[in-house]
Amino acid sequence: MSPPEREERARGRRRRRGEQAMVPEAEFSSYYGRPVLKPPRWKAPDIAGYFFLGGLAGAGSVLAAGSQLTGRPAAARALKISSLAAIGGSTAALIHDLGRPARFHHMLRVLKPTSPMSLGSWLLMAYGPAAGGAAVLDVARLFPRLGAAATAGAAVLGPAVASYTAVLAADTAVPAWHGAYRELPFVFAGSAAAAASGMALLTAPPAETGPARTAAVAGAVLEGAASRLMRRRLGMVAEVYEGGRAGGLTRAAEILAVAGAAGAALLAGRNRAAAALSGAALLAASACTRFGVFYAGVRSAEDPKYTVVPQRERLDARAGAAS
Amino acid sequence: MGSLIGRNLLAGSEPGVAADAGYADAPERVGFFTDTSVCIGCKACEVACKEWNAVPEDGLEFTGMSYDNTQGLGSDTWRHVAFIEQDRPVGTDAAGGGLRWLMSSDVCKHCTHAACLDVCPTGSLFRTEFGTVVVQQDICNGCGYCVPACPYGVIDQRKEDGRVWKCTLCYDRLGAGQEPACAKACPTDSIQFGPLEELRERAAARVDQLHDLGVDEARLYGADPEDGVGGDGAFFLLLDEPEVYGLPPDPVVTTRDLPSMWRHAGAAALTLLGGAVAVFAAHGRRGGRR
Ligand code: SF4
Ligand code: SF4
Repeated sequence: MSPPEREERARGRRRRRGEQAMVPEAEFSSYYGRPVLKPPRWKAPDIAGYFFLGGLAGAGSVLAAGSQLTGRPAAARALKISSLAAIGGSTAALIHDLGRPARFHHMLRVLKPTSPMSLGSWLLMAYGPAAGGAAVLDVARLFPRLGAAATAGAAVLGPAVASYTAVLAADTAVPAWHGAYRELPFVFAGSAAAAASGMALLTAPPAETGPARTAAVAGAVLEGAASRLMRRRLGMVAEVYEGGRAGGLTRAAEILAVAGAAGAALLAGRNRAAAALSGAALLAASACTRFGVFYAGVRSAEDPKYTVVPQRERLDARAGAAS
Repeated sequence: MGSLIGRNLLAGSEPGVAADAGYADAPERVGFFTDTSVCIGCKACEVACKEWNAVPEDGLEFTGMSYDNTQGLGSDTWRHVAFIEQDRPVGTDAAGGGLRWLMSSDVCKHCTHAACLDVCPTGSLFRTEFGTVVVQQDICNGCGYCVPACPYGVIDQRKEDGRVWKCTLCYDRLGAGQEPACAKACPTDSIQFGPLEELRERAAARVDQLHDLGVDEARLYGADPEDGVGGDGAFFLLLDEPEVYGLPPDPVVTTRDLPSMWRHAGAAALTLLGGAVAVFAAHGRRGGRR
């Protein structure tokens, strides 16, 4: 292999037909092209799934409480059940991903403000029982006051459950995540709202899904706008959201979100099948978003370019400002 | 221990790491100064580390990367000697071509603000009384969070074991008043162990000496307590840009931005909650206004 001098790197990989090279390939040095960072060793289905299910659960609890308060009991019940299932699934995914699953409870040895995973574990400890109580008491038609308290508790904690996972990802050295820490929580919150609305469209009678249809549109718009802002801020690192596996997922998420939101707004009030299809599209969009973010992060950590070039630019800018 | 209230311990220089971690009578902070200008690439450090710490074998591969078949730090490599071949004359007489060989022994930086330690949810990673950063193997549950958090790509998960492993700066040897195995084995004193303050002074003098000899490209890496990680406990003298050695040119501890991350996440959560309230208010009660 040639020595790792500052050399032109002619890497025309994965350039698709018709796609123009907007910027010349960055020149940078590396140690035999090896990554500077260690990419996350997390398994995609576990951790991207955890992000998706956490969002579905958290935003679902908010919509459930709203539905209950405004006389939409069937929608409320469906969302409570889905939130319980989703938070159960996401906790299972998190435990499954551990190198030592039997030591899951070590997460609760300490409460550590500098660790989003520690705070998140404690958040799940509070949210899980609330979401569980809300669902079980509703289905069993027992203790309505306690059920209402659990529903309210889950609705207050739900938005935190849906958005803290963005901090979990951003609080790393992964360029595509850390550099996106301002926008990522909004991407996740919008994606969560769209997913929960989709679940309502899929499972609740159309007469009760009016608010969910509006929320679907709002969630999709928020997600789309935040995602665009995020990519603009990331500069050259945004490539990882636009090419490769992550790029495919990001584009799929956009198409599915637009289709789902349009279906929700225009057809879902009249036609149950259209509502179900729109709901499924919104759920799939949210899943694609989370997997897209996940793979973008992994790729940005695996290629030394995304570590070295932005840091070098930062250093050069500082040196320029000082002189 | 000085009061921790009102002080930002997430970034910036922090003279008393061990005291801030709660040790009442902490010994002096210790570390490594790796002077790569005298490294001969013998890999005695790699071998000594593996032997002393009983680090498992991690593959015998032929890479074609000069003399480097070790490739990089990881769960089973806690010292790694990099070999870089450059089309440049050796020494200071710039006449003619030639081959310059750079060799450098990399290691965990034992950061002042260690991202791995900050993000660890179990408390497995901890600050020792010597100011170093160590994994407690009986606590680690293999969540893997520390792995992408480290700005230097040092710590990694051992697949078959599930937990993460990295340099301990020979915590066991320090406790017995011994220097770490790698420093002990290094025949040229490229790896120097000692109190960090002393090492920083020695390193500054060495850079001056090299500059006087005409080696203008000599520079320190990780020695500045004001850098993005508050200075490294293990720092280096390099003869080229850090990225040439596989080191990040301007590493920053990710938790420096954590307060802002939470503010943005809080705003996003409130947007979700407020948006939902607005939507339900607009739609009103079912059976009422529609
Ligand atoms: S170099 Fe990485 S593994 Fe070592 S202390 Fe710093 S953050 Fe932790
Ligand atoms: S893998 Fe182990 S040491 Fe690393 S953050 Fe998780 S519990 Fe802490």
